[in-house]
Amino acid sequence: MDNTFHPLFYGFHFYLFGLIAIASAILFVTRKSPVAAALWLINVMFCLAVLYVMLDAQFIGAIQVLVYAGAIMVVFLFVVMLLNLGQPDDLADIRGTGPRLAAGAVGLAILAEVMVLARSRIQGEYAPAAAVELLVPAADAVGGVIAPVAGPLFREHLLAFELTSILLLAAIVGAVVIGKKQGPADAR
Amino acid sequence: MTYDLSQPAALMAALLPDLLLMGGAMALALLAAWRPASDAHQRLVGQGTLVVLATSLVSVILAALRGGEATAGVIAVDGFRWAVDAVILLAAMGTVALNIEQQPRDGIRHAESHVLVGLAASGMMVLAAARDLMVIFLGIEIMSVAIYALVGLNRRSARSAEASLKYFLLGAFATGFLLYGIALIYGATGQTQLGSISAAIARHALALDPMLMVGIGLLIIGFGFKVAAVPFHMWAPDVYDGATTPIAGFMAAGVKAAAFATLLRILYEAFYLVGLWIEPLAWVAVVTMIVGNLVALSQRDIKRMLAYSGIVHTGYLLVAAVAATDLASTVFTFYMLGYTLATLGAFAIVGVVQRDGEGGAPLAAYAGLWSTRPWLAVGMSVFLLAFLGFPVFGGLGFFGKWYLLSAAIDAPGRLVVLSIIVVLTSVISAGYYLPVIRAMFMEPRAEGATSPAPTGALTRVVLIVSAGLILVCGLLPSSLATIALRNGFAPHAIPDEVRATGAGLLR
Repeated sequence: MDNTFHPLFYGFHFYLFGLIAIASAILFVTRKSPVAAALWLINVMFCLAVLYVMLDAQFIGAIQVLVYAGAIMVVFLFVVMLLNLGQPDDLADIRGTGPRLAAGAVGLAILAEVMVLARSRIQGEYAPAAAVELLVPAADAVGGVIAPVAGPLFREHLLAFELTSILLLAAIVGAVVIGKKQGPADAR
Repeated sequence: MTYDLSQPAALMAALLPDLLLMGGAMALALLAAWRPASDAHQRLVGQGTLVVLATSLVSVILAALRGGEATAGVIAVDGFRWAVDAVILLAAMGTVALNIEQQPRDGIRHAESHVLVGLAASGMMVLAAARDLMVIFLGIEIMSVAIYALVGLNRRSARSAEASLKYFLLGAFATGFLLYGIALIYGATGQTQLGSISAAIARHALALDPMLMVGIGLLIIGFGFKVAAVPFHMWAPDVYDGATTPIAGFMAAGVKAAAFATLLRILYEAFYLVGLWIEPLAWVAVVTMIVGNLVALSQRDIKRMLAYSGIVHTGYLLVAAVAATDLASTVFTFYMLGYTLATLGAFAIVGVVQRDGEGGAPLAAYAGLWSTRPWLAVGMSVFLLAFLGFPVFGGLGFFGKWYLLSAAIDAPGRLVVLSIIVVLTSVISAGYYLPVIRAMFMEPRAEGATSPAPTGALTRVVLIVSAGLILVCGLLPSSLATIALRNGFAPHAIPDEVRATGAGLLR
């Protein structure tokens, strides 16, 4: 596969992820279970991240996933779970074998596509797409804006970066301990 | 050997004790979730945590014996770090040992509580090592987040819920101060590493820069909350009261040691060219000593009394911080060791004497303890006398205060006023430590009062070790002081003209 800009290929993915985002947003506001709604919201965030990446704003895409789909949604979910609003049975919107197989197939398709795209982008000279260059003139070379961010993050601030994960682990263990339903003997 | 911190392998080697503890805590978190909560399982996880903490302690001791230093970077490799690490790990081991036996009595079955103690201890060790404001902030948060959860462990107790919420909200508020202070310091100097900050201050003559001043002030407020210095102490009595007894001891000993060690490092390494923090900190020390002592006098509950006594000791340690000589860090580690051992022991006895499922620890429960449980009464006396700084029977406590006073008197500028206040308030503190001893030995047992529950094996070990160390080290203070001297970190000398800007009370 060469690395020239394919309007059809680009347009197909733009509409694919745009439609998924809209559908997820509608599902997000129509779900009864707050946990399911929150999970659909994460889906919206992921689709938006894909659109950012397609605009060659890889960094904003990554941050979208990290900050919104990661941190903020985890906080939402913590609050929802700590308040015990959702019943465990309501969590799954996908029930039965058929829908599950379909969901798995969609997942595999997206994974395969990501891998193909990754291969074609890493190999060879990357020719910036004309349409994209108009939108993001500053994005340069292969890494886009990732490399200047990744360098300090994984060199000078490596320790702080790793400590953040310990902090999140401590927060998760603490929230689980406090939020966990107690056994029958301790039932309040 | 020199650790080149720009190399990931050397960074890992320099962080080995911390990494051992973090990795162990992660494995224990898995183990804790492996089975449903039960007394046997929490005991198993607790024992595992003890092993992990002991492993980390061994690696700290090996690292201290090996010595070495680090290039300028995000963490320090020096004796001060290892000494503070050892105190923190001792406190954590004592806490876990007590917690294993206290949890069933409080009706708590979570095995994760031991994991949280391990995670909190790893945050404290990060603090002891940190030389970068970002790492310091993360260390503070790792420690605090774990402690917020530990305070709220007892879900059936309204006091525990109140304590947890209070500590969480005020802690988040204090974190805001801290973070804003860090942001302003970064704004003024453009650096986060302590060494680079002082270099930037020297290069651009920032010693009187308003943004830097406000930043340092906010930073001190944030730390003032963590170490419970007056006027940021309001949470301490309620939180100690609501938390289970071993956790309260952990907060009084470990959190204070870690936060203080960091504060010393920040003040001495980053801001030794800025004199303006000396005077306000001296005032905070004075107010903390006086208010803490006076309020402690009126307490009728041992746990609350110990909370105020912890506030008072914060005041004493602040005097060491204000002295700001190369002795100050040595005095700090020496004092902290004695204080930590006494705190562990005192809270262990409070836990034993406390009746099952009961929140408070009224002074009346100690009347005539000598007649039913003589060894508990003797142990409590040792710990209280160590707090008081009594010679011989107070062991390490006496020499801690002795060295503290000599550091304050010998400091350039001679902190005479502060030293006098230390001595006077120590006399006042006899007014609340000694009545407990009198009640235990001289008052009759109340009619129908039951004898405290038998002491568990682990609790007994904690009591014997802490009382033994206090007394034995009290007999050999000079050898311990030699070790402590080797493990001080030499701060940059504060220039005289800088010290002169912090005048007033110091004269």
